[in-house]
Amino acid sequence: MFGYVTRRVLSAIPIALIAVTACFFILRLAPGGPFDGERALPPVTLANLRAHYNLDLPLIQQYFIYVGRLLQGDFGPSMVYNDFTVAEMLWIGLPFTLMLGLTAFVIGTIVGLVAGAISAVNQNKLPDYVLVMLVMVGLVVPNFLMAAILQLVFGVYLDWFPAGGWQSGSLAHLVLPVTVLVLPHAGRTARLMRGSMIEVLGTNYIRTARAKGLGQRLILARHAIKPALLPVVSYLGPGLSYLLTGSLVVEQVFALPGIGKYFISAALNRDYGLVLGTTILYMFIILAVNLLVDIIYAWLDPKVRYS
Amino acid sequence: MTQTLKAVTTAGAIALLMSSAASAVTLNMMNGSEPGSIDPHQASGDWENRIIGDYIEGLMAEDADANAIPGQAESYTVSDDGLVYTFKLRDGIQWSDGTPVTAGDFVFAFQRLFNPATASDYAYLQFPIKNGSEIAEGTVTDFNELGVKAIDDKTVEITLEGPTPFFLQALTHYTAYPVPKHVIDAVGDDWTKIENIVGNGPYTPTEWVPGSYIKSVKSETYWDAANVQIDEVNYFVQDDLAAALSRYRAGEYDILTDIPSDQAEWIKTNLPGQDYFAPFLGVYYYVINQEKPPFENADVRKALSMAINRDVIGPDVLGTGEVPAYGWVPPGTANYEGVEPYQPEWIGLSYEERVAEAKAIMEGLGYTAETPLTLQLKYNTNDNHQRIAVAITSMWEQIGVKAELFNSETAVHYDSLRAGDFEVGRAGWLLDYSDPSNTLDLLRQPIEQDGTMNWGNNYGRYSSDEFEALVDQATTEQDLAARAKMLGDAEKIAMDATAAIPIYWYIAQNVVSPKVTGFVSNAADIHRTRWLAKSE
Repeated sequence: MFGYVTRRVLSAIPIALIAVTACFFILRLAPGGPFDGERALPPVTLANLRAHYNLDLPLIQQYFIYVGRLLQGDFGPSMVYNDFTVAEMLWIGLPFTLMLGLTAFVIGTIVGLVAGAISAVNQNKLPDYVLVMLVMVGLVVPNFLMAAILQLVFGVYLDWFPAGGWQSGSLAHLVLPVTVLVLPHAGRTARLMRGSMIEVLGTNYIRTARAKGLGQRLILARHAIKPALLPVVSYLGPGLSYLLTGSLVVEQVFALPGIGKYFISAALNRDYGLVLGTTILYMFIILAVNLLVDIIYAWLDPKVRYS
Repeated sequence: MTQTLKAVTTAGAIALLMSSAASAVTLNMMNGSEPGSIDPHQASGDWENRIIGDYIEGLMAEDADANAIPGQAESYTVSDDGLVYTFKLRDGIQWSDGTPVTAGDFVFAFQRLFNPATASDYAYLQFPIKNGSEIAEGTVTDFNELGVKAIDDKTVEITLEGPTPFFLQALTHYTAYPVPKHVIDAVGDDWTKIENIVGNGPYTPTEWVPGSYIKSVKSETYWDAANVQIDEVNYFVQDDLAAALSRYRAGEYDILTDIPSDQAEWIKTNLPGQDYFAPFLGVYYYVINQEKPPFENADVRKALSMAINRDVIGPDVLGTGEVPAYGWVPPGTANYEGVEPYQPEWIGLSYEERVAEAKAIMEGLGYTAETPLTLQLKYNTNDNHQRIAVAITSMWEQIGVKAELFNSETAVHYDSLRAGDFEVGRAGWLLDYSDPSNTLDLLRQPIEQDGTMNWGNNYGRYSSDEFEALVDQATTEQDLAARAKMLGDAEKIAMDATAAIPIYWYIAQNVVSPKVTGFVSNAADIHRTRWLAKSE
């Protein structure tokens, strides 16, 4: 087990290096630069700015400076947000993004599993129809639209929750954004769980269990749930990555202090340092989540080996 | 007994807390983007200006109408030749940590602004100051050569390169604000970190959650604190405008500084009296690349301009009611008294007549519906820019012009405008200070540098010696009326030649809660919190 994890971690290093290098150079190939805005800067100012951020050096030299700093944990300066370094911005925003994503993940997964299981057990009965319909709503309504609807209904008309913003420690501010994130995740989980559960309930060993006279509850708990979880678990990895990295729309609409929105805005602003920093961070999150999923998968399915 | 006593004290404490909380007046402002910096030498956006102008005050400040009034300076004198301004500082002015504000802070600030190591985006706004540009360029390295001197602790003397009629207005810009030398000496560029920051203005930032908000509280050390009514201001980061409006309706914001433009009508109807939509100093325009045929032909440019029905763009295409623009200097610009707003000679024609004339011009050049002039119209990706481009494309179709639309993100768009890699392109300009030269400078001839021509913001590469001579002459003219006339003549020359196609004057789109009083629409769209009050 330990060897397996070590090997996986070590194999991530070249992946990380390739990703950083590719991102660094592709970003520089894109037309425009961090100081191209609506107004032309006087050449003096532009030269001063470029010198300030080492952009006047040959590209390859800039690359080595960047990687050298990175190895020391220094993500360098942001070229647009002058009052913070990239590392500071990421460390301030990351806990929020993680908290938002994990909360939505835990709630969404539980809701999805329970809903999927109930649907499967009541296949083609009323609870099934109702749940399938709700799941479809969660899946097909795009998150920016869902966010706007929730803001209007629960923020403006009913005035139950704040329509946006964030105050540290305030649960009320989290309700609407978490709901927007939970709906599609719970929907996908429920659909997978329903399908896989129906399949498992139709297998021979479940029939055998029934023939032995086992009660429904015992059959579900002992024999059906664990195998039914397998396809769901393989979705949970990408699902978690998606929640952690895909919260940018929600962060933008609800004006939340996470890192998701830097991903887009920094790329558009050509804020080289911040784009790279965000990408690297996300890369680590995804690598870590994938590793975690593989371990869980191996634990659930004895056919998977660590070697 | 003890129990009762405890309960009573607790209740008392709670009541006290509640009463003090209730009496603190908090203004919640939707402020747009995340501030790039609240260091006045690093900032570049109006959302940063709102925060900075509340926490630092320059020699000159803005009143509720955004006119220049004495700020940290109590009074000033100007030498007869218009070159030397002497400012007397107020007594007892302090930074928020109690350190006195001295003339030395201003000298230090201007030296820091021009220092090439600071790499300040907007330092050029203060280039009228003697040796400012030379220091920024590095040709003068002795900062003592800068035309800003401390005569004593209370007196600042500023010497200019030439007489500059808008200089007092320029001093209200944040690039002219003082910075706390004692803090910067101690912590360097980290002085804007929330734990270090001090200001000399009506408010002091106390909390900064990146991506969420900045909170500033009233400064008791501000010289006019007795007249400042709002106790706390929250400047909220909010990029999504539809969500901003929802939050305003939910009572979470008192002021919206921008709106989704398709909601303008809805706001006027459903939030009567809360819409503060008013023209401010800015022009939305199309540039035409005059180095590419056939656009070097002024008649082609004129026909393109005539065929645009500006009357429908503000009210119908955008729905916000932007005012049609035909000239280059926005109405309400200071130092332009006595100049009639520019009107093209065809202004008297109806739209149908204009189209007919434009069509005739194009036909004369061989462009008809069958053999149209094809051009590429570039704009930066944005719903409004797209709507306008689509509308104008169909207007041009009537005169034998077939425009292909091309959009790209802002950085790429302006990169190609600057490189001259376009035929017709969308641009906009918001004035940095209220003076006609601030827009006329957009049409000036290039500066030669290291063998290449730098066209700056003159994307269309308009070039007229006559225009250039008048604008040049105006820079040294001290008589404001004579100067205004020269600039007015220059505007006429450029616009008669359709140097660019002005489309509309920008509209400030503020929405202000009825609880807030003291908010005045003004041409600069600057509304310092010290002039506002809020009732619960």
